[in-house]
Amino acid sequence: MLQDRIKGLKKEIIEYGVFVEDMIAKSMNGLMNRVKTPLAEVIDIMEPLTNEREIRIDDLCTTTIAQYQPRARDLRVVLMIFKMNSDLERMGDHVANIADSGLFLISHSPVKPLIDIPRMADETIKSLSDAISSFIDENAALAQEVCERDYIIDAIQDQIFRELVTFMSSDPTTIERALHLIRIANNLERVADLSTNICEDVIFMVEGRVIKHHLEERA
Amino acid sequence: MVNNIKARLVRDVFFKSAICLFAFISLLPLFLILYYITKNGIAVINWDFLTSLPRPIGETGGGVFNAIVGTLILIVLSSVLSIPCGIAAGIYLAENKTGRLSNSIRLSVIVLQGTPSIVIGIIAYLWIVGPLKSFSALSGGIALAIMMLPVIVKTTEETLKLVPYHLKEASLALGVPYYRTLLKVVLPSGMSGILTGILLSVARITGETAPLLFTAFGNQFMNINIFKPIDSLPYRIFYYAMSPYPEWHSFAWGASFVLVVLTLSLNLIARGISAKWKIQF
Amino acid sequence: MENTVLTVEGFSACFGDQKILHNVDLTVQKNVVAALMGPSGCGKTTLIRCINRMHELIPGASVSGKMSLLNEDIYAMQPIILRRKVGMVFQKPNPFPTMSIYENVVAGYKLNGIKMPKSEMDGIVEQSLRKAALWNEVKDTLHRKGTFLSGGQQQRLCIARALAMNPEIILFDEPTSALDPKSTAQIEELFVELKKSVTMLLVTHNIGQAARVSDFTAFIYLGKLIEFGPTEKMFTVPKDKLTEEYLTGKFG
Repeated sequence: MLQDRIKGLKKEIIEYGVFVEDMIAKSMNGLMNRVKTPLAEVIDIMEPLTNEREIRIDDLCTTTIAQYQPRARDLRVVLMIFKMNSDLERMGDHVANIADSGLFLISHSPVKPLIDIPRMADETIKSLSDAISSFIDENAALAQEVCERDYIIDAIQDQIFRELVTFMSSDPTTIERALHLIRIANNLERVADLSTNICEDVIFMVEGRVIKHHLEERA
Repeated sequence: MVNNIKARLVRDVFFKSAICLFAFISLLPLFLILYYITKNGIAVINWDFLTSLPRPIGETGGGVFNAIVGTLILIVLSSVLSIPCGIAAGIYLAENKTGRLSNSIRLSVIVLQGTPSIVIGIIAYLWIVGPLKSFSALSGGIALAIMMLPVIVKTTEETLKLVPYHLKEASLALGVPYYRTLLKVVLPSGMSGILTGILLSVARITGETAPLLFTAFGNQFMNINIFKPIDSLPYRIFYYAMSPYPEWHSFAWGASFVLVVLTLSLNLIARGISAKWKIQF
Repeated sequence: MENTVLTVEGFSACFGDQKILHNVDLTVQKNVVAALMGPSGCGKTTLIRCINRMHELIPGASVSGKMSLLNEDIYAMQPIILRRKVGMVFQKPNPFPTMSIYENVVAGYKLNGIKMPKSEMDGIVEQSLRKAALWNEVKDTLHRKGTFLSGGQQQRLCIARALAMNPEIILFDEPTSALDPKSTAQIEELFVELKKSVTMLLVTHNIGQAARVSDFTAFIYLGKLIEFGPTEKMFTVPKDKLTEEYLTGKFG
């Protein structure tokens, strides 16, 4: 009964995560190949679908708690899915922002060949997919690794920022396009950050240990 | 303080021994009776005693065969008459805990139980022996049946009351009609108690003499016709014991021994049934 | 509606002058578990006892209103015919102590004097015990007395006994309140399994149980049906304030 419900919930949330990964890949595809269709699809079709999914999973979590009163590990799993659900929904919004900026960028000539942004996107997708794998396999070690890897994405973001600042100061006509690129980088960073949130929750789910906000180091 | 405890311990021991003593005293008569009957009776018990008829005074030997057969016939007769009525009344009482009829049945059962057996004998005499113009086994059987009745009614009622209501509900909820529920669920569940009650009531009437004096009367010949006088063990004991002949006195002891063995084994069987067939609810 | 098994319309029940149920309306669809919950003495047990007409066996009981099983008026049927279509499982496990496990399962046929070939009866016994998730535990001891089983097993035996009659609906009157937690969990799982083949109406004072096993829940309070709806809805956002208070433990 409860176990069946939890199994169903896990399946839903994993599908959700894969769906968001797919959204990032699609936006990058549109941006890099300068095609409109995938970007429009992300904004008009996929983002609304993420909202529907969120509501459905939200409902399932609530009724599961109301009807079955899960305890201990079961409770941690349901709570984890509940939080993961809102994280994924936030990610969906960020990806929609990325696609939105992408639409602007492909309608203008490129500022420069994009190197760091696709690298950052790859890292972000990897973080998200590892976060989901760590959830599926209940692998706390992998989750820990994703959290530790977060600095790479932050570093690339800084790098992009500095580079674009030099472009903007030398040629003011690039400012609008550069800001859109920065917006993409910022949104990717947010997605990666939310992935580490998921990983922290996985660690809590598996080990019951809270690593958020470096609580343990402080203690 | 120490003294106090000592006094208490002494009192404790005193009361314990007193209880044991009184318990022993109350058992004593039973053992003495069994002892005397066995001592005096066992000597005359042999195959001949059990299988031959009483002989006129002057002839040696003789036995109680007709009395044993007579007692058995009386038991069968009274059981056939009283068991159906008794169980039916018991069921009625268990099923209708309140109500005018139930209350009056219950009262009559109590009254009947308290009626002296000799009075029941006289009633049977007036009802049966008078109109038929002959002492008979039938009239004896009826007198004994009246004596059995209250015991059977009471035990049936008490046992059936112990059958939990939820068993009846289980049966009714399966769509079983009321009468079938009674016959197939309630009665079988109380069977051991009812059988025990019947055996105890049989044991009780086996030793009855008084009601038989005016009804079955006694007969020194073998008789299996229920419309003729019939012999019985208690009557034979009475007859032999009242006689002036020492040989007959020892016959009375022998007959007593047979009777005691019979009632004792009925009681033991009843205990066995209630222990072994007892149904756990 | 095609799928409706039981409908209750404007139904009231009394003991003498005391009104136990007031104007209850209820519809139960096929192959669902519907739970009746409410504080002790609210009339939930009376309601299900009216469905198989066991209520009227108590002196002084009376009813008014309409109840129908598969569009047939329950109060126009012969009670003994009705009760073969409506199974019931009681609070206390009550296998017949004089019967073996085998005989208990087919008690509904045996006690009613319904004859059938032995092979057919064997089939019914096996099928019913399998459905009640008891077959594997008792298949080698079918001819022992049912009362030798544990409490939970006895209750599943009673469920098998009800299933053997192939009822349209089975009424459960607090079926786990006399059982330990493990047996309770087994029986709750059984409900979910049985739902595929039979409709069930479950009376329980255990709110958690109603939440876990039922598809629809009715909340009854002081003889009135306060709210009836999908369990998920009722346990997250109940419509009625009384239901809300009951579920949050403010009374009951």
